Amino acid sequence: MSAPTGPDPLTPVLTRRWQSPRSWSLSTYEQLEGYQGLRHAFTAHPDQLVALVKESGLRGRGGAGFPTGMKWGFIPQGATGPGAKPKYLVVNADESEPGTCKDIPTMMADPHSLVEGCIITSYAIRANFCAIYIRGEALHPMRRVRHAVEEAYRAGYLGKDILGSGFDLDVVVHAGAGAYICGEETALLDSLEGRRGQPRLKPPFPATSGLYASPTVVNNVETIASVPAIVLGGSDWFRSMGTEKSPGPKIYSVSGHVEAPGQYEAPLGITLRQLLELAGGMKDGIPLKFWTPGGSSTPLLTAEHLDVPLDFEGATAAGSMLGTTAVQVFNETVSVPWAVMKWTEFYKHESCGKCTPCREGTYWLVGILQRMVQGEGTPTDVETLLDICDNVLGRSFCALGDGATSPITSAIQYFRQEFLDLCATQPAVASEVEPAGAMA
Amino acid sequence: MMFDDLTRERTREIISRYPQSRSALLPLLHLVQSVEGHVSQDGIRYCAAALDLTTAEVSAVATFYTMYKRTPCGEHLVSVCTNTLCAALGGDEIYGRLSAKLGVGHEETAGEPGSTGSITLEHAECLAACDMAPVVQVNYEFYDNQTVSSAETLVDALARGEKPHPTRGAPLTDLRTASLELAGVFPGLETSVAGPSVSDETLRGARLASDRGWRAPSMPDAPPAFPPLPEKKP
Amino acid sequence: MTLIQDSGADARPVAEGHVRLTIDGQVVDAPRGELLIRACERLGIVVPRFCDHPLLDPSGACRQCLVEVEMGGRPMPKPQASCTMTVADGMVVKTQHTSPVADKAQAGVMELLLINHPLDCPICDKGGECPLQNQAMTSGRTESRFVETKRTFPKPLPISTQVLLDRERCVLCQRCTRFSEQIGGDPFIELLERGADQQVGVAQDTPFQSYFSGNTIQICPVGALTSAAYRFRSRPFNLASSAGVCEHCSSGCAQRVDTRRGTVLRRLAGNDPEVNEEWNCDKGRFAFRYLGSKERITRPMVRGADGVLAETSWTEALSVAAQGLAAAREAGIGVLAGGRLTVEDAYAYGKFARIAAGTNDVDFRARPHSTEELEFLAAHVAGQGPETLDYARLEAAPAVLCVAFEPEEESPIVFLRLRKAARKHGQKVFHLGQWSTPSVLRTATELGVAEPAARDNLVPAVPGAEAAVLRDLPAHVVEALTGGGPGSAGVILVGERAAEVPGLYSAVSAMAARTGAVVGWVPRRAGERGALDAGAAPTLLPGGRPVSDPDARAEMESVWGLAPGALSEVPGRDTDEILTAASIGELAALVVGGLDPHDLADPAAALAGLREVGFLVSLELHSSAVTDLADVVLPVAPDAQRAGSYLNWEGRAREFGPALDASGVLADCRVLDTLAVEMDVDLFTQTPAAAAGEFARLGRRAGSVPAPSVPAVEPLRPGFGQAVLATWRQLVDGSTLAVDEPALAGTARPAVVRLNAATAERLGVAPGEPATVRTERGAITLPVVLTDLPDGVVWLPGNSDGSRVRTVLGAGHGDLVGVTR
Repeated sequence: MSAPTGPDPLTPVLTRRWQSPRSWSLSTYEQLEGYQGLRHAFTAHPDQLVALVKESGLRGRGGAGFPTGMKWGFIPQGATGPGAKPKYLVVNADESEPGTCKDIPTMMADPHSLVEGCIITSYAIRANFCAIYIRGEALHPMRRVRHAVEEAYRAGYLGKDILGSGFDLDVVVHAGAGAYICGEETALLDSLEGRRGQPRLKPPFPATSGLYASPTVVNNVETIASVPAIVLGGSDWFRSMGTEKSPGPKIYSVSGHVEAPGQYEAPLGITLRQLLELAGGMKDGIPLKFWTPGGSSTPLLTAEHLDVPLDFEGATAAGSMLGTTAVQVFNETVSVPWAVMKWTEFYKHESCGKCTPCREGTYWLVGILQRMVQGEGTPTDVETLLDICDNVLGRSFCALGDGATSPITSAIQYFRQEFLDLCATQPAVASEVEPAGAMA
Repeated sequence: MMFDDLTRERTREIISRYPQSRSALLPLLHLVQSVEGHVSQDGIRYCAAALDLTTAEVSAVATFYTMYKRTPCGEHLVSVCTNTLCAALGGDEIYGRLSAKLGVGHEETAGEPGSTGSITLEHAECLAACDMAPVVQVNYEFYDNQTVSSAETLVDALARGEKPHPTRGAPLTDLRTASLELAGVFPGLETSVAGPSVSDETLRGARLASDRGWRAPSMPDAPPAFPPLPEKKP
Repeated sequence: MTLIQDSGADARPVAEGHVRLTIDGQVVDAPRGELLIRACERLGIVVPRFCDHPLLDPSGACRQCLVEVEMGGRPMPKPQASCTMTVADGMVVKTQHTSPVADKAQAGVMELLLINHPLDCPICDKGGECPLQNQAMTSGRTESRFVETKRTFPKPLPISTQVLLDRERCVLCQRCTRFSEQIGGDPFIELLERGADQQVGVAQDTPFQSYFSGNTIQICPVGALTSAAYRFRSRPFNLASSAGVCEHCSSGCAQRVDTRRGTVLRRLAGNDPEVNEEWNCDKGRFAFRYLGSKERITRPMVRGADGVLAETSWTEALSVAAQGLAAAREAGIGVLAGGRLTVEDAYAYGKFARIAAGTNDVDFRARPHSTEELEFLAAHVAGQGPETLDYARLEAAPAVLCVAFEPEEESPIVFLRLRKAARKHGQKVFHLGQWSTPSVLRTATELGVAEPAARDNLVPAVPGAEAAVLRDLPAHVVEALTGGGPGSAGVILVGERAAEVPGLYSAVSAMAARTGAVVGWVPRRAGERGALDAGAAPTLLPGGRPVSDPDARAEMESVWGLAPGALSEVPGRDTDEILTAASIGELAALVVGGLDPHDLADPAAALAGLREVGFLVSLELHSSAVTDLADVVLPVAPDAQRAGSYLNWEGRAREFGPALDASGVLADCRVLDTLAVEMDVDLFTQTPAAAAGEFARLGRRAGSVPAPSVPAVEPLRPGFGQAVLATWRQLVDGSTLAVDEPALAGTARPAVVRLNAATAERLGVAPGEPATVRTERGAITLPVVLTDLPDGVVWLPGNSDGSRVRTVLGAGHGDLVGVTR
């Protein structure tokens, strides 16, 4: 994996307007090339836009990295058959993966880039209705996006016959209500239809049977917000950042035990070592113990992975996943079994309940981990944890169950002794011993 | 029934936003919460009648999402992130201290629900502000980089009826007003939208790039030509 | 396209629309779209499952049926749920029998299902017939690794008066919630909460008020849903099961009757794909305790000189009955068979009337009826069988028009089939009726997953105006019924209430002729269709042969061994006319089967006939208004203690055998046969089999009969303080055979007065407040519910608690009534 040679270490594209005063307003946005991409896009045939995004190599920024242009191309078109149904664009702004905090600042600082991206994307896939599904706890971002949508309507960027193109689009800003699972695209669609956010069977995929059983594209905020720049800069420009298979810039959210946590937009393929340098190094100089490359569902890595290129291929090759580039950094003061217990409690709380392995598996895993952290574990528990994970991973209905196993299996892979040490502090059979009350 | 004409008018407007009416269910549950401070059985019946659903169907949805509260809430909802990263940086301690201070547990209310200064406490999952951990929300406005003492100061002020300004967000109101906004009704949006949104953490990368003169590669002067129209499949 | 595989053994071509795959090493061809789990079943490979049910949409929730799948030579990275994945060409499937991965995956899911499941099998109703128990015994671990605390819930939670929920036992397969949403269309039971706290439940204010809720007990793969009436009554292995047929309506459901020590303990839906699939309604499932009712008559009785009925011997009772009837023969005997008879019994009543009583004065219709109706039935229904119209044809029809027929209330399985067709194939189901009843709403075509069903499927008519509205049916309905021409035309289903609207049967006939639509008659009672064909009707001999047809009479005289000319050529009187004749002495005696005078158009007149007639013989199960007046009462056998058959609305024979010991009880046909012998006549109906055999040999009439052409009438116009009454019966109401079933009765729809807002205002009544509907006979007072009825119309349930319309008001559908606050 060759490191990108051309561009600077940081390449603000999505974040380039964030420092401007009232960056969220239409006037600021228009002064800084805002809606120029849209004007240019309207000179193209919708299929040319799909082709452009395909050529750009843009991959979904919500975690899975699916090629965006290909997703758009799956939408059936035509006056008869499945193409005759209404088409929908749904923006996944349900940012809830632990560690992930890129879409919320994007929506707060530059909501018009999202709105412009929505219009261009809707035009490309011939959608006349677009819903932006924002997690409910993100109230201020919702205000900013709602305001941007209202401004766009007033300016003629939304509504009927946009900029004289003959294209109509309505955008609704929709609040979620507290459910991590709604970040899963089919659960999000059920939720948007006013149902419990439980994932749907696939097939049929949203491209043919999504919102209201009609062809639907579901894209992440960062993905859609990348579109106007691609239209303006072209695919070659976009590919001048990142790697061959993971082109473009990406917002890396660095959090945890570093001196300067924050949002760093860099070409895909940057390493943790570089990110730590940018973020001022480890906080108080306490050494790195473990980190996640892209949220808690991506298997955790250790100091031995400092030079892994953080693109889709590099993270996978290192045994993890790129996920949402939510780089959570933990130093040596943090107990791995404790951290894993906390994450597992999260997955138990957020499991939708639909399928057995995830619902019951997370219930059991939490029970064992809590017992272990309280010092009442046994070495057998470590094997049981791994076996339960084996019975959950790849057996669950959706990826939530898979994600729940990632912290556990990766933690035991790299820190098995720490789990065993925890058991050793207590006798294997704890029945004759008073439970320790000091553990907080 | 406590749903007045204004609420009914808002209900009609919310339903009209969507191609299919049932999509309005989540906003309507936020709306009834804005009226009652929680989602009551009356609220469930109201939504069911508005959308032609059974009360069982509405209950199924209302009980799935954590933001719909089943018991009357305080003037303010204080949410402490206790997910791993925030917890490691002090979130667990903050929650524990606030819980002890208020004498309430998760989703319990200190003070008479709805009265000034009453506070419902909850521990929350990741609130997507990890670069500003540990984070607390009041009525879903962000209070970043909290410590035990800053969180205690915040809650003390709330209890006194004060409304400390969030780090990021609009001037603090109350849970019912926030719920109304979640329903998609934003009175005073021109003002509330201007509340601060960026922090040092948000801008760190952008500032560092400016300081060091780093930029993304320049775009062409004029947008390049689009790829040719793909040939139609037969 | 056909792919020839290189394997010599499988060189045969793959049939059109099929694919070829390998399952556990066996090559199998499967129709495109078939689920893997079904393809496995066809090979005899049982893949364990809990959420999967062939009649519900796939869910993939329980994950018990995981198998390993290879596509194009590449194994898929994860095991796949065989209940959601469809077959594909060249697919290689390995189940738990051949794949260690699948076996481990299934064992893992089983272990997870059990960690929170209580170990209460010894006291669980499901124990012994429990898929979870069976699966755990076959492939579960012997020792649990789970040492944490199990999840607990208060139990049981009554989710209705007849269904109890034990959430600890629930494996959240969602069969029950999917059933109520998809099949019944009444989602009062739902998943609540989330994750490990997820549970099945109902809303706080609305229990599981469904006519089909019992099915959820039957399809629950664990003991989470149990029957309030059956709970803790028996163990499955102590039950004796027999196949039965439901006696409650004309749907014709197959059922399983489970008995122990001479008592029926429960009934389940039988699996008959052509009729009821795997469902039944709650009345069919739960209403059987009438068998043991204290009102049940077990000994013959004769009214003594003191005017009191006294039990006596069969010999004595039959002798008294025969003497009384023989003496009345000259003056005239009327025979009222009732609508609940088996074909064999109805045949015996008809034959008894013709031979023993020497009359055509026989009628099975124990409800409002008309001459027009009988003409319609003779023309369109009698002698027809399922080849004309059956459930499959009904489901496949592009459009269906229900006329004076409320499917969910009157024939619940017809309703389920219509709903299925609307949901699965977009069938347009129109209803010519009065308001958007649950039947109307739940058979509306669903446009999108989140869209409330389109509400354009009600064709409203003021009661009495149905015939006029049908003659002038909206063009889009006519077009839908016409379909693409012969062969793809729609169906018109008409119910018994049509007899209350003059001209309506004629209009149905005309519309069928105009559109090419097939006509189906769906009576409410189980026995009517069979009685029509068996000749228990005043103008029809068995097989639909007209009494007026000399050839038909000659044919019957030959079969019955009678002298030529022995059968009367005079068409008989109908039920109302027979009772009127009895009351004025034109008939000297009556033989009455299961008939309730309160079901007739004029209960007072009917009671007068029964009271005034010289001699009254009653064949009955229970004490009734008829036995109260009878001179001789002859007890007859309930279905559970006899063999017999019904013709369901399709005209399909539904045969059943005795579920309980039948010694000491006699079927109607046997009683009539013996009675006839006492009158020196031989019916040869001494057993149901004998009657059925003779009936089967008769065949059907040749030639057609003209349809009626009665003109439509103007509906009555309500005056000041008046409204036109719309009324029909609800499924769960005061019906005779649903006695002693408090659990079932608890799910009855509440009795209310319905009218629209404008009419309510005009009449000065308010929603939620009581309103009184009155005639000169009496008054009914019930709370008001505003409904989308036409102006000037008021609706009452026909026979519910507090609303015995015929008895109290002496009025019916289309009559004028007063409405006041």
